[in-house]
Parts: sequence; structure tokens; C-alpha cells
Amino acid sequence: MKSFDYVKPASIAEAIAAARTPGAAYLAAGTNLLDLMKGGVSRPDRLVDVTHLPGLGTIEKLADGGLRIGALVRNADLAHDAAFAKAYPAVAEALLSGASAQLRNAATVGGNLLQRTRCAYFYDVASACNKRAPGSGCDARGGHNDMHAVLGWSDGCIATHPSDFCVPLVALDAAVEIEGSKGRREIRLEDMHLLPGTTPEQETVLEPGDLIVALKLPAEARNFASHARYLKVRERTSYAFAVASAAAHLTLANGRIEQARIALGGVAAKPWRAREAEELLVGREVTDQNFRRAADAALAAAKPSGDNAFKIELARRIVVRALALAAAGTPERSPALPASPFSIHSGALHDA
Amino acid sequence: MNHSISLTVNGVRRDIALTDPRVTLLDLLREQLDLTGTKKGCDRGQCGACTILVDGRRINSCLALAISHDGAAVTTIEGVARGDELHPLQAAFIAHDGFQCGFCTPGQIMSALGLINEGQAGCDAERIREGMSGNLCRCGAYAGITEAVREVQQQLEAKERRVA
Repeated sequence: MKSFDYVKPASIAEAIAAARTPGAAYLAAGTNLLDLMKGGVSRPDRLVDVTHLPGLGTIEKLADGGLRIGALVRNADLAHDAAFAKAYPAVAEALLSGASAQLRNAATVGGNLLQRTRCAYFYDVASACNKRAPGSGCDARGGHNDMHAVLGWSDGCIATHPSDFCVPLVALDAAVEIEGSKGRREIRLEDMHLLPGTTPEQETVLEPGDLIVALKLPAEARNFASHARYLKVRERTSYAFAVASAAAHLTLANGRIEQARIALGGVAAKPWRAREAEELLVGREVTDQNFRRAADAALAAAKPSGDNAFKIELARRIVVRALALAAAGTPERSPALPASPFSIHSGALHDA
Repeated sequence: MNHSISLTVNGVRRDIALTDPRVTLLDLLREQLDLTGTKKGCDRGQCGACTILVDGRRINSCLALAISHDGAAVTTIEGVARGDELHPLQAAFIAHDGFQCGFCTPGQIMSALGLINEGQAGCDAERIREGMSGNLCRCGAYAGITEAVREVQQQLEAKERRVA
């Protein structure tokens, strides 16, 4: 690991001032960053440790019915917060389906949003990677790319965003509160991550020094609590990144769908909202045929970026399955194998 | 550059001078404090061999910078027995053949301690397996590990019932 200066700011303003200079990076839990630094993929000159900053570790209900989650809330604490899991069950299920218990205990909400791709060529410093070394090329294009993107990719980069957490968040119109040198601002999470285009090294709209201070869920996000699921196909049942995943949220009235919120994970460089699919479901009955039409719409623009044509049909099926399980009702408790499509036990329902 | 931190390690306060901010909790324990029970497996957060408790929560010590944990309370495998009396999890791992080579065992036991503290799995074998999925065992002693954790959880629940 390259040597670095360690800075421990006492306030957010100090943190921003210290992190604005080129070569600086924020350190939260470090579960992703330290791994990247050990491999020489990330080589910061300065680490600005934000883990001790005051005021970033609370979950608060807002007057407008929304929820504000501090950036330093740990993944495990959020997932196991009973009120949170009841109101946003698919988000809790997504959190519990990610990484391992040890990593969830350490990893933070803000860090999760900013985790880097798991593309093996990005991780391997001997490989060409436009994201790690702009202009060097992309060895994933002619390499092992069955796990890579099928939506929104470019000739320069076919990596995917690995977060599970972000998928239901984007479906629920979550927003990110950012503090930077020009003050505080709020953007939609959906707008934070960028597609690769010709600049895959630019992964988000964040500017130097920008610090995520909180995540916000709007009041309407609670409306889906009774019909919300996250499903994730992995190469093994636990402790693996998604090959493809989907978050499905529905509101139902008299057997018909009033509203739908759908997003996909593991298929693009950002968590992928499927608005066309949502619109097709409004006013429709709960049938496999309608879910299949929605899934076809969600993947209409998909094309293989390598040996991964299978992921397109897989993603369609995971959308259909997630919608069917959401329609059946949210389990009262997160399943023993969170987000697993192979979990046969659904248990009692959320509002039964 | 010199940074000093203090940690409470297995109940004992330690004032530690760090000569380099790159030192992880894992390397600090093994190289500077001579607590080699915590194992270095992958060193990348994938195997769980380095699992310890920090402020009562299990984490991968290989992915935690020591300098960022000033003031923390750390529990390692060296801190779980009471003198010569094994911790119930240690005894259960022996009784259920929860290991062969033993390299992953300190991490497994610390992870199991964390799992039981978290109170999410209970005696459900599926939830125990899921909750222990961050600890790999190359010998494949998973069946014995699950049984050992379940037995200790059962003992604990029986004890709680007696108290209540």
C-alpha cells in the first residue's frame, strides 16, 4: 500500500477543506477503499477520516413523513432497525443480502453508495482499464465478461455498479444530501452515478471535497411497505455480488396495481430504474403476463457487452419473480436467506 | 510521523505508538501486541479469519485501520476463555468437530460470538449458516460449526428461560 497522510478533522467544514486537494480521499469504514489500496488500485496521498465526525450517525423521521439517514449509520444497524425494516422492507432485505455480517457491521450508508465496481480488470493493475487508468483501454471487452453490464455500457467500459442497497433506494426516489465547498445541496440518488460514456473514470457527479452527509427517503416510499421485495441471483447463496437483481414495490387496490417502483442491479454502471416497466403496470391486474410485459420493457434496451446475453433473460425473470413475490406480500421478517430466489420459506406476511 | 492511540484489548488498556497510519488492527494485534490468535488469511475481507470484536461487534480486522479506532474496545480469541476454562463456544467447537486444521477457528469463534450477540439467528440452522457466511473454512467443517453455534445458542436460551 502506498504511503499516505492521515487527517482526522473535527468538523465537516474541516473535512471538506482537507479533502478538496487533489489526491485526497475520505475514509469511512474503509471496507472497500482499504481493499483497493492494498491492491494498488486506489493510491490516495491523503486520507481524511470522517468516522468521528459528529452528527452523521442518526436516523431521523422528518416532519414531512420522510426519513433522513446519517451517512455514518452502519449497514447492519439500518437493516436491523425494526421501524426502518417495517417501513422499507426491500431496502432492509437488500442490505442483508450484501457482503457478510462482519462487513455490514463496519460498512456505512455513505460508503455503500460510493463503492467501486467489482470488475476484475479494474482490480487487476496489470490489466488495461479506462476507469482506473483513463485511455488505457478495456481488457474486460475481450476477457471474462459474463458478469458485466447489459445496459448503459459503452465501448470504453462495461463495468457494473455492485451495490444492492442502491437498487431499492433508486426505485423509491431516494435523495442524497451532500456538503461541499459551496454549501449543502440535495440530489436524487438516481442522478448521482454516471454512465461510463467516454469518461468511465467519472463515476459520480460529486466534486472534489464533496461529502455525503445523509440519505433521504421521501414520505411516499412508505406506501409500498406491504408489497416490497428485493431479489438477487448470485453465483453462491450468500456473500456474493449480484449477477442480476431487482427491487419491486407495488401498491394494490382491488386486485389491480396502483403504483409500481422497479429497479435493477448488477446490470449497469448505476442502479437502473425501470420507469417504462412501472408505467405499463399501472391499473393492470396482478398476472404473470403483465409482469412479463413489464420485464420485457425494463430490458428493452439491453444488449450483451460480451459473453453475457444470458443476463438479459435472467434479469427479465428476476424482475418477474420479484414482482410476483412483492404482489404476494412482504414477509413479516426478512427471509433466512435474504433476497434469495431459492428461498422456499416466505413465512408470515408483513401486515397479516 | 508518529500517531498514538489507546485501545482496550481483552479488557486491558494499551497505549500504542503507531509509526505508520497504514497499520491495520490485524497487523497491530499480530505484529505489535503479540496476539497471534487472530489469523491473517486473505487480508482482503473475503475469508473472515481475522474476525475480532470491536466495541462488541464482529468486523474484519484486516480492513480496519488501527489509527481510525482510537479509544475502541477490542476482543480477540485470546480474550474469550476464563483462565483455563474454555468459553462455551470453544468447548462446543471441540465437541462438534467444528474444525480440522484450525486456521479459520479463531475467526469462526469470534464471528459466532458476534452472531449470538446480534441475536438475529436464534437456533435456526439456516439463519446461522447465513450469519456465518463471512467465515470460510477450507476443511469444510461447516456442519460441525453450525451445530456448535446452535448448541451454544440453545444453552443460552435455556439459561434465559430459567432466569425468567
